[in-house]
Amino acid sequence: MEFDTIAAISTPMGEGAIAIVRLSGDQAFEIADRLFKGMGSKKLTEVASHTIHYGHLIDPKSGQVAEEVMVSVMRGPKTFTKEDVVEINCHGGLVSVNRVLQLVLNQGARLAEPGEFTKRAFLNGRIDLSQAEAVIDLIRAKTDRAMNLALGQMEGRLSRLIQKLRQEILEILAHVEVNIDYPEYDDVEEMTHNMLLEKAKYVQGELEKLLQTSQQGKILREGLSTVIVGRPNVGKSSLLNSLVHENKAIVTDIPGTTRDVIEEYVNVRGVPLRLLDTAGIRETEDIVERIGVERSRQVLKEADLILLVLNYSDELSEEDRNIFKAVEGMDVIVIVNKTDLPQKIDLDEVRELGKDYSLVTTSLLEDKGVDELEEAISSLFFSGAIESGDLTYVSNSRHIALLNQAVNSIEEAINGVEMGTPIDIVQIDLTRSWELLGEIIGESVHESLIDQLFSQFCLGK
Amino acid sequence: MQYEAGNFDVVVVGAGHAGVEAALAAARMGAKTAVITINLDMVAFMPCNPSIGGPAKGIVVREIDALGGEMGRNIDKTYIQMRMLNTGKGPAVRALRAQADKFDYQHEMKKTLENEKNLTMVQGMVERLIVEDGECRGVVTMTGAAYRSKTVVITTGTYLRGEIILGELKYSSGPNNQQPSIKLSEHLEELGFDLVRFKTGTPPRVHSDTIDYEKTEIQPGDDVHRAFSYETTKYITDQLPCWLTYTNERTHQLIDENLHRSPMYSGMIKGTGPRYCPSIEDKVVRFNDKPRHQIFLEPEGRNTQEVYVQGLSTSLPEDVQQRILQTIPGLEKVQMMRAGYAIEYDAVVPTQLWPTLETKKVKNLYTAGQINGTSGYEEAAGQGLMAGINAGRRALGKEEVIFSRADAYIGVLIDDLVTKGTNEPYRLLTSRAEYRLLLRHDNADLRLTDRGYELGLIPEERYQKFLAKKEAVEAEKERLRSIIIKPSAGVQELIRSMGGSELKDGIRASDLLKRPEVSYEHIKQLVPADVELDFDTAEQTEIQIKYEGYIEKSLQQVERLKKMEDKKIPENIDYDAISSLATEARQKLKDVRPLTLAQASRISGVNPADISILLVYLEQGRIARISSN
Repeated sequence: MEFDTIAAISTPMGEGAIAIVRLSGDQAFEIADRLFKGMGSKKLTEVASHTIHYGHLIDPKSGQVAEEVMVSVMRGPKTFTKEDVVEINCHGGLVSVNRVLQLVLNQGARLAEPGEFTKRAFLNGRIDLSQAEAVIDLIRAKTDRAMNLALGQMEGRLSRLIQKLRQEILEILAHVEVNIDYPEYDDVEEMTHNMLLEKAKYVQGELEKLLQTSQQGKILREGLSTVIVGRPNVGKSSLLNSLVHENKAIVTDIPGTTRDVIEEYVNVRGVPLRLLDTAGIRETEDIVERIGVERSRQVLKEADLILLVLNYSDELSEEDRNIFKAVEGMDVIVIVNKTDLPQKIDLDEVRELGKDYSLVTTSLLEDKGVDELEEAISSLFFSGAIESGDLTYVSNSRHIALLNQAVNSIEEAINGVEMGTPIDIVQIDLTRSWELLGEIIGESVHESLIDQLFSQFCLGK
Repeated sequence: MQYEAGNFDVVVVGAGHAGVEAALAAARMGAKTAVITINLDMVAFMPCNPSIGGPAKGIVVREIDALGGEMGRNIDKTYIQMRMLNTGKGPAVRALRAQADKFDYQHEMKKTLENEKNLTMVQGMVERLIVEDGECRGVVTMTGAAYRSKTVVITTGTYLRGEIILGELKYSSGPNNQQPSIKLSEHLEELGFDLVRFKTGTPPRVHSDTIDYEKTEIQPGDDVHRAFSYETTKYITDQLPCWLTYTNERTHQLIDENLHRSPMYSGMIKGTGPRYCPSIEDKVVRFNDKPRHQIFLEPEGRNTQEVYVQGLSTSLPEDVQQRILQTIPGLEKVQMMRAGYAIEYDAVVPTQLWPTLETKKVKNLYTAGQINGTSGYEEAAGQGLMAGINAGRRALGKEEVIFSRADAYIGVLIDDLVTKGTNEPYRLLTSRAEYRLLLRHDNADLRLTDRGYELGLIPEERYQKFLAKKEAVEAEKERLRSIIIKPSAGVQELIRSMGGSELKDGIRASDLLKRPEVSYEHIKQLVPADVELDFDTAEQTEIQIKYEGYIEKSLQQVERLKKMEDKKIPENIDYDAISSLATEARQKLKDVRPLTLAQASRISGVNPADISILLVYLEQGRIARISSN
């Protein structure tokens, strides 16, 4: 759609120290305001134009701080596009910048097409007339590329799944519509709140599964949540420090926020790790018994990856075995640390306990075995084949945003039902989610609802 | 022999539901208007079901009323039963439907037309238009009468080259055996219009005394006073019920056995019929797993024994119809008075129209109603009103009027027709409106009365009453927002009694009203107003507060598209000069010639890239002009 608010990462992808996400359009300030919490009380809509502000982006879903940022606010028409522009400066690296992009996309910005900022600049009279043809070429090329992409995806699993879910929603919609347009027809069962709830929850569940299983999307979005577990004094803290020091870490250690679960990001050979409970590890390293198995279990539930640390120069204890049990069935890498000390552990027994897992021996003290560990992490998740290439990545990011928005709409529909809102009103949100899913696969034709109506039900006077 | 029969501002051809609204609107705006119809006894005749309103359609009637049209007032004077549908659902889909006394309805409407100053009614068959220099300047009838005018509105319904099909029989006819209009259809083709062949149908009528009502279920009207018009203050209290019965396996078997005699399946009918109004033979064939279909028995009026058999629309032969009727409980001994039939007719492909309903080919010529490919009295009346307004204003030298999809169902209807066209008789459905929460039954006056007043179609007195209501709603909303209800024992008691959870803190009266179990009646008990609000005002206040969040969401949606709605495309744009447009898009754009970028984006086959290119082109033109200045 023209004239909506667009967003994109406007710095080159890579490992720059700072990255910028740029927003342009009349909702730019509002979108940024919904995420940004500055030091002062002023909203971005209220600050002077062409000023820059320090603060944090808060994820509205979790209420948690997502990023530390500097935000430039530029009111149109004195901007590149002549529209309102917000530039969010955040830490460089894949994870942060994608997170910021996802946040603004989830708030309703649309991922800009290639060249779209330039196109807007032209449309708003910012660019010389002679460039018009170039812009038109760009648009045409863009469509062709998007067509190819759409075709490629049409055959994919994603597309089939989405079509299936859209059909589910469409049937609900048609059912609701038939109740509205043909209220006296008793051939058709009245859609009740309970029926709607059941169906909406099913779709919601499927969509969330889709979001979760879209592994690469999730990695780009928030990193692999990773937990380091092990008995006290096995070297968890050293492992953490080693990962953090080896790799550029972004510490979301914000004064005033709870220190209970602090996360740190590291980028291990292209795999962004979100290390959970790092504060716990740091604080409790010396306090024996602080991390009981119970607490670990709770943290473990959230994890995508477990780094299980054992002590090379100690025998396997009951506690170690309990940890193995607790992580059963998860993605685990077993790290036997302290090879600089005499061996007391029975490695065969470790292999037996962790027969499905990779095993790495390290001496973190002597910086030995870290490469092998990183290799293990990377191969575990990419099996050597990470999809790269701008387009796939870009379109995934767009899909994730649309999926997230679709889930939001479904959630609003579910809330509505639970509040007892009339079904035909709840349907507004349901229809929205159907349209959003349609955008993913490039179908959003309203007429299909009416077709569905007449093929599903026998109507007429 | 042609002779001069008079000079008018506006001539309306046809006096069905579209024609009467067009003629009245033009005349009331001050245009000297003539309405010409084949048979003056058929003014506002209901050739099909004797009812007005229903989902989406009922809201159109309210809109017509808010714009000073006649349909709402007329049905309020002549109904035999009224029901509010969808009362268990949200306010956006509530819809009023009336069963009409079809004879009273047409007599009352004819009287209104006869009493309208500025309006001349004549009987006559219009056979051709007077077209000079690409402009329509009047019409000529079969008898040679030439009526000169500044603008012409054609509302010929299903009369254009109409053919009735009944079993093996097919003959040239308008609805209900009226004289068809053949020459006009040919004349439109000569003028270069694309016509399309559509089909619709009607069920048999039976004698009431031969129905055994004991075997059917009664369907009474509401016992609350209902009205379509915001002006109505008198209500009809002695309502007549309708009756419900069902088809069964025997009915379906009989239909099956006689399918070979159905013109639908023998290939005799070529026109496209509407999916939403299938014949009984269609229903039985397409949904053969359904053991029964509903049949509503609807009286056609107070002074007639004829009963309309809703649900049994058919073109099977007469003898089969009689036998089918007799398989239905309550109709075993029924006497069929008129057989059902299908009718084929010519319609103008509606993408040949501007959103004002003026034709693109011939200036000052407008078409409205079933001729534009729609079906339904309300759809016809809504178009008639708009064509009448625009034809009248053109004749008076005033600006055209177009309603958007966010303004009214009438806007949705016309935009759909002129932008997308239709490949079956078009019926309004609530699902066609993307902003249906904004286009409610209850707020038609708030949406449109101002516009009606500006057009000169709403009298001063009514307008003042409207303004007072609007003000009262605002005042009451403000009051409820400012009052905090404290969790006193009495308040908690009342909240418990309505099944709600108790208050923890004080709460704004308006926020309490947002709870699903709380109604305005409850709030009124807690915090009585100084002056008791009338029903409409109270209802409006309640809906606006209760659904504020959702209404806001819809408004944002409208706002998002506004820039595209505001982006005008010049009428003289040369799509061939825009080389980057996709071929299909170019063709569609050339056919439809959208007036705004938003309208362009709704054309199927025009994709977002084409819209981008169009936008760039439009801007290029603008920039070029600026730089050359």
